[in-house]
Amino acid sequence: MSLYRDSGVVLRTFKLGEADRIVSIMTRNNGKVRAVAKGVRKTRSKFGARLEPSSHVNLQLYRTRGDLDIVTQAETVDRFPNLRTDLDRFSRASAMLEAVDQLAQESEVNRRLYEMLVRALRTVADTESPLVAAGFFWKVLSLEGFEPFLDACVSCGGEPVVAFDLHEGGVLCQSCRRGRAISPEALALMRQILGGQLGAALNEPISAATNEVDHLAGEAMEHHLERRLRSLGVLGQS
Amino acid sequence: MSGVYAGPVQDLIDELGRLPGVGPKSAQRIAFHLLKVEPADAARLAAAIIEVKERVAFCERCFNIAERGAECSICTDSRRETSMVCVVEEPRDIVAVERTQEFRGRYHVLQGAISPIDGIGPEQLKVRELLVRIEAEGIDEVILATNPNIEGEATATYLARLLSPLGISVTKIASGLPVGGDLEYADELTLGRALEGRRAVGE
Ligand SMILES: [Zn+2]
Ligand SMILES: [Zn+2]
Repeated sequence: MSLYRDSGVVLRTFKLGEADRIVSIMTRNNGKVRAVAKGVRKTRSKFGARLEPSSHVNLQLYRTRGDLDIVTQAETVDRFPNLRTDLDRFSRASAMLEAVDQLAQESEVNRRLYEMLVRALRTVADTESPLVAAGFFWKVLSLEGFEPFLDACVSCGGEPVVAFDLHEGGVLCQSCRRGRAISPEALALMRQILGGQLGAALNEPISAATNEVDHLAGEAMEHHLERRLRSLGVLGQS
Repeated sequence: MSGVYAGPVQDLIDELGRLPGVGPKSAQRIAFHLLKVEPADAARLAAAIIEVKERVAFCERCFNIAERGAECSICTDSRRETSMVCVVEEPRDIVAVERTQEFRGRYHVLQGAISPIDGIGPEQLKVRELLVRIEAEGIDEVILATNPNIEGEATATYLARLLSPLGISVTKIASGLPVGGDLEYADELTLGRALEGRRAVGE
């Protein structure tokens, strides 16, 4: 048993007993960590506000022999108050946290994923971009080794392409078409996101094409995780 | 974990495992405890569950706990102001606000808070019912008393945006409540002060 320090993003919290919570945290140096935060649900707790989903914190933890570590200190690095002012933002941020909670493994260091999550949360909080979650999902999927082929028909190499299929892993021409239709505008956005121009894609105002890319990214992430992301069901309820 | 024990025992473990805060291990422990207790004790527990489900439900007006098919004791109290509604997440939050003796209106229980990660959005809460009440009951002041944590604040902001265009007064309980906690754990002094200091929110 020992003390250690790390920074991390709180992904989820679960009530435990009368006043405690279990927090699931994507840390910089220790992969996903599950830990008990004692007394956080009491309104006087100094931890409470710092250990909510989406909080970016510096932590001191106590490593135990069991599954759960114990949080002994938490200091705020970033708190994203804007996330709670808008249901769409909150849902997008939740979808990212939910996906990372599914993807990240306990005690398997994944610093890239941690850094991408922090950057994406800052972008959700600071901009109105409709493509933050989509951009994050596609980037994470390519980090995981799933990078869709977008240059030409994945089946015959022909052009123009008119469809996108997750099983084929890319775009398809008219004669090979499978999966769902993709518009030229949405395809251009996808090429930007995966071709090193994420910043440009994030500046796009909301449109039919951004909605298309957003949907596709959600489907691709759910396909990869082999489960549904509940946060996506709340998106669009506002 | 499933299917380790035969028939009825596994059924009981599965049912207990669905309760909030009960993991598979606790479910197993409770199940084996129940196997050992006197039949009369087990019957009393079963009867209490059936009784509560038969007789108690949610108030038809505000979704507080009430006798089945009726309104709750607050909605039927003629001394309460009907033009003022305090919106809370759960029935137990009503108990917390009542302890302050600062509020003389009625309540509206949302039965939860917006939590996308749990699949809970406005459509899963009693939001539409609140809008209907504002119109039907001539409510002109709404006080938002959701928990001061991320889900509660997102819910309050969402409701403030929704209600402000209706031309009624919409206030939110002030801080003084440390952010991140649950309302049910607030002491009455802190919560009373927060109610006094409520302020307008929204556009
Ligand atoms: Zn082709
Ligand atoms: Zn009632």
